[in-house]
This record gives sequence, structure tokens and C-alpha cells, in this order.
Amino acid sequence: MATMKFMCDAERCIECNGCVTACKNANEVEWGVQRRRVVTLNDGEPSEVSISVACMHCDDAPCIAVCPTETLFQRDDGIVLHDKDLCIGCGYCLYACPFGAPQFPKQNAFGERGKMDKCTFCAGGPAETKEEEYQKYGANRIAEGKLPLCAEMCSTKALLAGDAQEVADIFRQRVVQRGHKDGGWSGNPRADADSLAYDATQQG
Amino acid sequence: MSKSTPWRALWQLPLLVLALVASLGLAQFALAQADPDREAATAVPALDADAWRQIKSGETGPNYRDSRFDSNYNLINASGETWRQLRERWVSPFGVIVVVGMIVVIAVFYLVVGRKKLDEPLTGRKLLRWSLVVRSLHWTVATLFILLALTGLNLAYGKAVFRPLFGDGFWAAMMSGTKLIHNYLGPLFGVLLVILLLRLLAHNIPRKHDLAWFAKGGGLVGKEHPDAGFANAGEKLWYWLLATAGIAVIASGLVMDFPNYGQVRDTMQWANIIHAVGAFGLTAVALGHIYIGTLGTEGSFEGMASGYVDATWAKEHHNLWYEEVKDQAVPEEQLAESRPTSEGDAPAPRSG
Repeated sequence: MATMKFMCDAERCIECNGCVTACKNANEVEWGVQRRRVVTLNDGEPSEVSISVACMHCDDAPCIAVCPTETLFQRDDGIVLHDKDLCIGCGYCLYACPFGAPQFPKQNAFGERGKMDKCTFCAGGPAETKEEEYQKYGANRIAEGKLPLCAEMCSTKALLAGDAQEVADIFRQRVVQRGHKDGGWSGNPRADADSLAYDATQQG
Repeated sequence: MSKSTPWRALWQLPLLVLALVASLGLAQFALAQADPDREAATAVPALDADAWRQIKSGETGPNYRDSRFDSNYNLINASGETWRQLRERWVSPFGVIVVVGMIVVIAVFYLVVGRKKLDEPLTGRKLLRWSLVVRSLHWTVATLFILLALTGLNLAYGKAVFRPLFGDGFWAAMMSGTKLIHNYLGPLFGVLLVILLLRLLAHNIPRKHDLAWFAKGGGLVGKEHPDAGFANAGEKLWYWLLATAGIAVIASGLVMDFPNYGQVRDTMQWANIIHAVGAFGLTAVALGHIYIGTLGTEGSFEGMASGYVDATWAKEHHNLWYEEVKDQAVPEEQLAESRPTSEGDAPAPRSG
């Protein structure tokens, strides 16, 4: 079975925030919740680089491990989903997540958390009907045979989504095409040792 | 606009085409010159190993940007994994060990040593020990403590027990209720515990004879009752545990309960660890307190229920206090008479 992954090629990301907008639009998430974000490091400096981040659908997901209600679960294809009927808004997933993916609507007094929301890889979530699913979790594009809208709409194809193997193949191909030792992450001082792709080009 | 304008500009067209072709040729020349090492040298030094180390350390630098509104997240939150490991590997097992361990210890103690009976018969003369205000505070705090302990244990371990037992529908409602009770009654417990602690402070100042009390294991070593004032050293220990660990649990609970004051994840992670360790520990000690106050010692429960204790109990368990107040003993019958019309057997003095 395929394992679904996101991958953002930071060499291509131009910080247009199209993925953020596409996600908002596809999933109609609650006010104040933004499932995807774009982080820019060293903004305005020559070394400026941007990367789009959302739930990374971890293999050994910390959020699943710490959730006291088993709201979070992983599908066979690696997508980490959440069941809003179970969430109590304790915030543990937020404490544990390396990527700041879980978010909570704050409509109550004293910042009391509502039900957690996070990226679903455009795969919806547990619900009785399609309408309920859309209302709670947003689009289920995976069920329609489509990939997450953020990746589909990425203008530079920096953000890739899909079967981990295919994503890796595309990225490897790019590194080869770029033609230099550290085509994955430029400026990598260990490029010689790290770059398998470079070796591949040298050996034809 | 005259129609002649576009025509007048037409002569520029071949020039434009020429320029384009020339630049295309230049680009092809540049591509032909493409040398991996040269490109690497001019490529943007974006993310090297040091940059990743900096990101993982949580530093963001002045030119860090996040497109999410009001975001206080780093790119990678490495502390989350530390918190997870602490919680899953240490804190959760610790909780089970201390709470279940304490239940086992108490059960064994009860079976082996048994209930602590009074050595001498009851005198029927009663001494006022706990005023109505203190008793009300005590039972309110006690009720809240038990509710918070049960809901807290459910938050920590419930998923292993109740979800398979009850099924999703009931369990979802149970967990929502659990969180509401825990988060809403917590602050109330905090306020009342502080009031109770302040009310009882004078009785719980450590004294020299407390050391002797501990040396004799509170009377377990040898047959003598060690000296004790109004509160014995064991009670004082419980008091100071609540005054230290209890306050820490309350404070860390408030940090997590009100996430609207700009505290970041790392703060809440540590608050969670402190809260859990302190609360599991206090729950275990509270089990001991409950045992001693009910099953464990003859005559103790009466004190917190009615406010009065028998003179014999006072003499045996709190000899120094007994010496101070023995003149104020009231015969049982008098208490029964002064009691307002209530039918219960526990007199309810109104003195605060």
C-alpha cells in the first residue's frame, strides 16, 4: 500500500502562499484556523528560503501517542486523521507536534480550546454523510482520486504530495537535473558524502 | 488616439525580435557554460546542516516569518518529542506505580496491622476540634480533590480502560464531561485549598517534637504514642505537601487551563509534567490520608464529621493539645441538648 507524504522543495518555494489559500478554499476551515503555513527563514537576506508546512502525517506520530481520547489515528496509507466527535480540546497534540499542525478554534472565554483541526491530506474524516464530513473536516479529495489541493495548485511545484516513493522519485530526478552535488539542499558542506543523486549522474 | 500610432511603432518590431534572438543565444551560451561546481558556488546558500541545527534548537532569528496569523511556532518543535518521551515513558508509569502501589500498601497494612483502636474506653466528654467553617472547607476541598483526581486519572489512563469497555458514543461524552469538570472545578479547588491552608497554618508550624514523632514512625515503632500537638507530624507533613506540591499543581494547572495569556508550548509542556507528577503523588498520599481518617484510626472520622472528638482520642493521639484544652471538654449529653432540632447523631456546633 502506498504511504502518503508531503514534501516541500525549499529550492523552489517562492513564498506565494498559494498553498495556504488553496487549503483554506478547499476545506473551508474555521475562522482563525490555517492548516497550512509558509515559513520563511532569513527573510530579506541573500540566504532567504521558504518552506510550506502543515501536518506531515508522521509514521510514528507523537499526536496519536499522547492524545487522551484517541481522537487521532492513522490510516493504512499513512494519513493521520482526527475524529472531531472525540476531541475534548486538551491541547496535548499541540504540545507534542513537531510542526505546529494541530490548531484550536478559540471562540470561548479564557482561550478555552474548541475541537482540534488540522490538515487531513484532503482526506476528510470519520462522518456519517458526505455533507457532515465536509462540514467537519473539509474536502475528501483522496476519495475522489485527487491529491491535496495545496500541492495540486502549487505554482512552482515546490510542494509535492502523494505516494512517498513517487514523491521521492520526482525529487531525486530534480536533484539530478540540477546537476550539482547539493541539489537537494544547497550549501550543504557534506554534499559529497550525502548526495547519492550526484553519484547517480556521474555514473550515467 | 490617432490610428497612426501603432504603425509608427512598427519599425521597432524587427529590433525587438533581434534583441530576443540575441539574448536567447546568450542564454544558450550560458547554459553551455553551466558547470556544476560553478552553479553550486553561486547557488543560494539556503539550508545547510547548521541552519537545520538552529531550527531544531528553537531559535528563530530576527528574519523568521510565519504566514500564520498570531503564530508563535518555530518551524520544528523539537521539544514536543522530549515532552512526549517524558510523559509516555516516565510520568504515566510513575502515576500507575504510586497510585496502585499505595492502594496495595494500604490494603496490606490494613490486613496485617489492622485498625488503630483506642487503648482506653471513651469518656463521653467531647472536645471541639474542627469548626464548622473548617469542616465545610475540608469537605468541599475533599470532594473537589476526589473529582479532580478521578477525572485526571481518566484523562491519563481512561483510553486504555473505558473506550473498549463502553464504546465510542458513551466514551466521547464521558471524556468531554471529564475535561469540563477538570478544567472548571480546578480553579475553584485552587482558591478553596489556599483558603483552607491559610486557615490551618497556625496549627501546622513544625515543632521540635515532630522529629521524635517521625523517629517513632508516628507510633508504629514501639507501643507509646509519640508527642503531638493539635496536628501531629504526619498531618503537618500532609499540610506542607499540599502547601508546596499542591500549590505547584494548582499553578501549573492554571497555566494549562488558561492558554490565552500568550504562554508558549514549551511552558505548557513543563506545566503538564509538573502537574501530572505532583497530582499523581498527591493522589497517592491522599489515599493514605483518607485511610487514616476513616478506616485506619478509631475516632478520627468523627472529628471531621461532627467537629468534636472524644477526650480519650485527644489524649492518645494529640496529648499536647489535650493538655491545653482538656478543661473545655463538654459532656456528650450537653452537646445533644444544645443541638438544634436536627435528628442526626452528629452534633453541629455553629461556632466558626
